[in-house]
Amino acid sequence: MSDTFEFSPENLATAQQIVAKYPEGRQASAVLPLLDLAQRQNSGWASDAVMDAVARFLDMPRIRVVEVASFYTMISMKPVGKYLLQFCTTTPCWLRDSDAVLAATEEHLGVRLGQTTDDGMFSLLEVECLGACVNAPIVQINDDMYEDLTADSIVSVLKALKAGETPPYGTQIGRQTSAPDGGAKVLNDMTFSED
Amino acid sequence: MPKLTVDGVEIEVENGLTVLQACEQAGVEIPRFCYHERLSIAGNCRMCLVEVKPGPPKPQASCALPAGEGMEIITNSPMVKKARTGVMEFLLINHPLDCPICDQGGECDLQDQAMGYGHSGSRYTEDKRAVSEKYMGPLINTIMTRCIHCTRCVRFSTEVGGVTDMGMVNRGENAEITTLEKAVSSELSGNVIDLCPVGALTSKPYSFMARSWELQKTETIDVMDAVGSNIRVDARGNEVMRVLPRLNEDVNEEWISDKSRFACDGLRRQRLDKPYLRDSDGKLNPASWDEAFAAIAKKLTGVSGDKIAAIVGDLCEVESMYALKQLMAKLGSQNIDCRQDSAKLDANARAGYLFNTGIANAEDADVCLLIGANPRIEAPLVNTRLRKGWLSGGMRIGVVGQRHDFTYDYDHLGAGAQTLQEIADGTHSFADVLKAAKRPMLIIGMGALTGEDGAAVPATARTIAETCGLVRDDWNGFNVLNTAASRVGALDIGFTPGPDGLNVESILAEAETGDIGLVYLLGADEIDMSRLEKAFVVYQGHHGDAGAHVADVILPGAAYTEKDGIYVNLEGRVQMGRRAVFPPGEAREDWTILRALSAVLGKTLPFNTATELRGMLHAEYPHFTKVDSCEPAAWENFGAPGTLSKTPFGLTIENFYMTDPISRASETMAACTRDFASDNGEASGTNG
Repeated sequence: MSDTFEFSPENLATAQQIVAKYPEGRQASAVLPLLDLAQRQNSGWASDAVMDAVARFLDMPRIRVVEVASFYTMISMKPVGKYLLQFCTTTPCWLRDSDAVLAATEEHLGVRLGQTTDDGMFSLLEVECLGACVNAPIVQINDDMYEDLTADSIVSVLKALKAGETPPYGTQIGRQTSAPDGGAKVLNDMTFSED
Repeated sequence: MPKLTVDGVEIEVENGLTVLQACEQAGVEIPRFCYHERLSIAGNCRMCLVEVKPGPPKPQASCALPAGEGMEIITNSPMVKKARTGVMEFLLINHPLDCPICDQGGECDLQDQAMGYGHSGSRYTEDKRAVSEKYMGPLINTIMTRCIHCTRCVRFSTEVGGVTDMGMVNRGENAEITTLEKAVSSELSGNVIDLCPVGALTSKPYSFMARSWELQKTETIDVMDAVGSNIRVDARGNEVMRVLPRLNEDVNEEWISDKSRFACDGLRRQRLDKPYLRDSDGKLNPASWDEAFAAIAKKLTGVSGDKIAAIVGDLCEVESMYALKQLMAKLGSQNIDCRQDSAKLDANARAGYLFNTGIANAEDADVCLLIGANPRIEAPLVNTRLRKGWLSGGMRIGVVGQRHDFTYDYDHLGAGAQTLQEIADGTHSFADVLKAAKRPMLIIGMGALTGEDGAAVPATARTIAETCGLVRDDWNGFNVLNTAASRVGALDIGFTPGPDGLNVESILAEAETGDIGLVYLLGADEIDMSRLEKAFVVYQGHHGDAGAHVADVILPGAAYTEKDGIYVNLEGRVQMGRRAVFPPGEAREDWTILRALSAVLGKTLPFNTATELRGMLHAEYPHFTKVDSCEPAAWENFGAPGTLSKTPFGLTIENFYMTDPISRASETMAACTRDFASDNGEASGTNG
């Protein structure tokens, strides 16, 4: 949120490492990982100063950095709260009632999609498929996926986060990874012949 | 050479063409928005869908599909027709359909293609999106709600203009073209207005001025620089409303510079529309033509030829200069000159003042040495060729002179003539680069020719050209980058001092001492007028600029849009300018003024019509008959070897947007000067 941005020494080293992955003259390819790195250092959002710094670092025009940053939802061009909640509302999640999860969140936090709570804790964002459809509905909170959510379980996750705890990520209904909900559904009565 | 069929007609096309280009060669029109033959392929408008067999059973974007052997392309099937109406319907979903209040109306690709390929009605009843306006500088007006995201403007400014100001941010339904609220910092930015297939980017100075169908269109030649860009002047009544480029592959392709396009509002301001005479109080008073001529005749009575001089300006057509040259000869004066900037150009050797390589060929060069030149502002359309050569062919560019952002990478070799001498001697490593090159060229700018050593520079450059293999039977890499539209034509007709004549510098010096009593300025405004205060100055021209301020007699002439005339561009191409409107008030075409004056002076010039004048001109200088062609110049001896100065090469153009009386009178160019010239270090210190 400051007007200037510079990579911290350790991030500078990481940035140089990232750039080194690409062939000479193709440093611009590193724009996405660098934007991600920089926005993590800058309270989770890419300010103008962040984009300028990345453009300078990669020797590319500022507009090209802005184009990339504005294209991807994972780069925030507005300040975000401590926890960025990305709600998947694409078909599989929606079929599993992601609407209820979102509505419960909005009601609990008192903010709508695209807004940040007054205490600067939570920002709400609607995104397209997060690629975890088997455990729908899901919400990505910063880097972690909270899966198999219901209106109740998202609220308890939020309460825990608010209390400074780190609720376990992954499924919220206790199943093993994406194994069937409620235990094995098939091959339960399988018998093996003697031979 | 793939063979394929387009709508059942077999055609063989060159390798590397796209399906769209193959269809064009077969004479089949493919609608398109994003595709442009001079820009990279984007493939995002989807308007060019065709059916291709073999291939997937769906329409394909022909602009991005390489033409292959045995392809069967169908452009008139029900599938293609449906695809086009479908794309058109999608494009129009978010288009405001405000054609009646849109400047693009009547010359809009979207309008035309919606008529040709779209539905007759709309099925869309939901809300349309609206996009906030963007600021893109004093030249480009934006109504971004109309944008269909073809990205032609982004590709043009990046690829041709060489500036990275424009881009498309966000995605999907929220995609927007933006410059991040700064002006497009290219001197070619106006071309995005022509490229925009809809009314999203339109001309700011021309906004709501006229409708395209009420304009009278005249094809003529631009005089804002020496490139001789082919332009179309659109006039309503007797007023020039706008200037647009015309296609000429050999000169300007289909671009023009912002000065050529937008300086036309200067034609309406500060015009000289009647003759003026300065009275004994030093005040200019309107007079009749007879009084003005009588005043000149009175002043000339009994004055010997060597006491009078004539200087022509940068915008004159050949006819008036030829008439003035004849008049001065009849008056017995050899003191005539066309080189207002004192560039040491030798009129005797044509190869010594031409851009011999030719503008179009310049992009084929593999090594280029720029000497005291900044083509980006001196001749933007030559610069696009160099940039094209650099982008596509890897042209290597060396610069002797000031550093600039030329829009391409270069090696800075040195600041002045000493480096040139090293290259000529072969001691500089760039000499080997030139020698190893297949098509090397050098470009001398006016900045290198206007110094004290101005005559030695071309001589040294000639040595480089000869020793490094720049001049061969099939290639001439010696180029002078003239900046004045009239210059090559004037040198062609020998508008330079006779054997005992005085050049511009000497004319000014002798005018200061009083040895020169009368100076005739034909549109000459770029000299130091304070040195002419003692002399009796006759100014013939179209704008109340520097020349008119010191003039004792003002004869109102015609601007380039108001007369037919021959112009010779920097590569020696003879081109014909045409009258679009009439000169204002009592102003007249310039050759007729000189003809009338000659009769009053009793030295009547031997022609009564423009045709007779041109007949004489053609008889004396046959190459003027070959309109639209370049006569190659023979390689001759020119330049005077001499001591080279240690002073770095300067620049003759300080502010791209104001170089002549027309652009100095233009409000648009003044706005550009405020916005741009102060940014890039070209400001004189008094701007903004």
